Amino acid sequence: MKHKTFFWFFLPTALAMLLFIAFPIVSVVVQSVFTPHEAVFKSVENSGPFGTTTETIIDQEAMAILKDERPLGQFAGLSIYLDRGHLAVSEVGDAWRSNETMSGFLSELRNLPFYRAMAFTLTYTFTVTPLLIILGFAIAVGVNSLHRHLKGLVIFFSLLPMIVTPLIGSLILFWMIDSRGILGTFLQYLANDPDLSLKASTGLTWIMLIVYGIWSSAPFAFVVFYAGLQTLPKDTLESAMIDGATRWQQIRYVVIPHLMPLVTFVALIQLMDNFRVFEPIVGFKAEAHATSLSWIIFNDLGGETQLLSSAAATSVLTIICVSILLAPVLVRTWRDFTAKT
Amino acid sequence: MFLKKIATAAAMSIVAASAVQAAGHSDCGIEEGRVSIVGNEFPAIQTVGAGALACANDNVVVETNLTADHQKINLAGMQGNPAEYTSAIVANSSIVALMNEDVIRPLDDLVAAHGATLKPNQLITVGGNVMAVAFMANAQHLTYRSDILEQAGIEPPMTYEEMLAAAEKIRSMGILENPIGGPYAAGWNLAQEFNNMYIGHGGQFFEPGTANVSINNEQGVAALEMMKALSEYMNPDFLTHDSNATSAEWKAGNVALMHMWGSRIDPLRSTEGSSEQVANNTAIAGPLTVAGGDTPATTLWWDGFTVAKNISDADAEATFKALVKAIDPSILNDETSTQAVWLIDGYEPTPAATGVFAAANAGSVPYPMLPYQGLLHSALGAELADFMQGKESAEQALADVEAAYTAAAKEQGFLQ
Repeated sequence: MKHKTFFWFFLPTALAMLLFIAFPIVSVVVQSVFTPHEAVFKSVENSGPFGTTTETIIDQEAMAILKDERPLGQFAGLSIYLDRGHLAVSEVGDAWRSNETMSGFLSELRNLPFYRAMAFTLTYTFTVTPLLIILGFAIAVGVNSLHRHLKGLVIFFSLLPMIVTPLIGSLILFWMIDSRGILGTFLQYLANDPDLSLKASTGLTWIMLIVYGIWSSAPFAFVVFYAGLQTLPKDTLESAMIDGATRWQQIRYVVIPHLMPLVTFVALIQLMDNFRVFEPIVGFKAEAHATSLSWIIFNDLGGETQLLSSAAATSVLTIICVSILLAPVLVRTWRDFTAKT
Repeated sequence: MFLKKIATAAAMSIVAASAVQAAGHSDCGIEEGRVSIVGNEFPAIQTVGAGALACANDNVVVETNLTADHQKINLAGMQGNPAEYTSAIVANSSIVALMNEDVIRPLDDLVAAHGATLKPNQLITVGGNVMAVAFMANAQHLTYRSDILEQAGIEPPMTYEEMLAAAEKIRSMGILENPIGGPYAAGWNLAQEFNNMYIGHGGQFFEPGTANVSINNEQGVAALEMMKALSEYMNPDFLTHDSNATSAEWKAGNVALMHMWGSRIDPLRSTEGSSEQVANNTAIAGPLTVAGGDTPATTLWWDGFTVAKNISDADAEATFKALVKAIDPSILNDETSTQAVWLIDGYEPTPAATGVFAAANAGSVPYPMLPYQGLLHSALGAELADFMQGKESAEQALADVEAAYTAAAKEQGFLQ
């Protein structure tokens, strides 16, 4: 393609990316290094239906002067990133020095919001991603070998988990796994324990979220792999069959190598998605047992007093973590690209 | 051309929507202006919202956005100039966020000019300025199943200690497995339960006159221990039960004793989604005390409306008039009277209101209107769940709350 043609084709995309991706990221980074001005308090008389009291309020006239001078607030540098709500550098240092054993250190670490969120998020990401790829692949191979009259129907039902809005999907399951719901009661019957409750146990909550994650994302892997299977070279497959390869050997030596680039693609997208796990935590009301970085941002913005700088710092940390997570795959893609040119 | 068509179509549909809103008008004495209200969605506020919508006519546009997520959007919606929302319906906790950011205006002139139907105790004055007009009061108080208590041969409890004893008796008699309920969902609800219990123990949240938190003390530990003891008699899923889920448990007949919001009692007495037995035997009483204290373990709340600062005086006047009309004494009838404890002139307390009145008469304290109370509330909501699950000690949980609050308060400029 001529450079000029490329430029005109790419221009709208570039502008949109600049406007909707680059500028917001810059604004978030700026927000994360500034904090609100030091509050000026004054004591006043308050009265209402419950009588009169003396209470502290913020002196808005004094604040207006400060805000006029420096509208962005106080420059805080990296202090928000290092405080207890985020990387908690001094707390981690204290925990390291005061604990003889690794398990003591880790349990103190899990008491800090950022590390608690990371513990769940990483467990979730690295169990859900491989399992959903395997499940998606199995469904794709299964559907591909069905009779053509059945295919449409089965594909529709296989896609349902992805079609259902995540929040609604998790809410429906949340009711079903309640200790009085249909799944919850069935599990109690299976385990022969009438007090079993998925929602009251951290371990079971994690398993529930992971199962939900696989259930809701497997259709994505399935669709991609199913499309890939339609491009399977028939002659290679036939020659494998003539050589006496079993069905398993055909899959192992012909189908999987053919789909490998797609596996990389699905892994890339799903690592990114699963790291930002959010809806199931809200839908399953699981915040007592499992949190994620996205949930922390939601919580910072959802309180009566919004912590904008804190939410911005967590957003930047999320971007950095996703970049680290994707680095190996991106480096490999870059190498493939440079090797070809 | 294409964009132009879309823009035209969008404009047309907006005009059409406003025209529909203007259809059901009544005379509120507003000549022109824009009224846009954001607020919570429980029945009493729906009534107020509907009252304001009725003021719409050809020159007056009235919109309402009543949602449980109102406090996530009201601040952002009032910071612009002109503000999207001309009024936010708030409570004594959520007005603080709006005052902290200086987005609501003093109402003294408007009250003087158009507030003849308002009673003096409806006016929320802060430092001599009227900042909000309250229309209802609310509090958490005891709710009990009279039939189950009778069956177990116990009187309605007056203290949390008696509640525990009653629960033990109901359980040991095999009447109910988990007789206690309560909105203990991790987050806002759990924090509010701690606030109640801590106040009941006579605790102070902050060192007087400062933003320094001080809850890691004897009263804090005792409050948490009591919450833990109560939770032993709750459905094991209690950390996921907010007010809605707790109400559902009640309606299902699984609970005999709970501390519940006055504004949510009315639905519990209806047979819809419930049984005759539960609905007819749902009884209420005042809030409980704890640990021999005199102050009930509850807080008093008002709900009221504010008017945005960043709007024209004409819009502010239209908003104020529409909302005053919406809480006019004439809105009270058999249906609306049971929805809330109205502060409106002419309101006759219904049986559903006795709990809130008992709370007010027993010397309950209002939820504090401090600029930094919201940050402590968030920190409590996030950090107490570990203790309730038995993963850490009460002292550790309270130390975590203090650390989380301090980090947030430093960021927000409340602490150095």
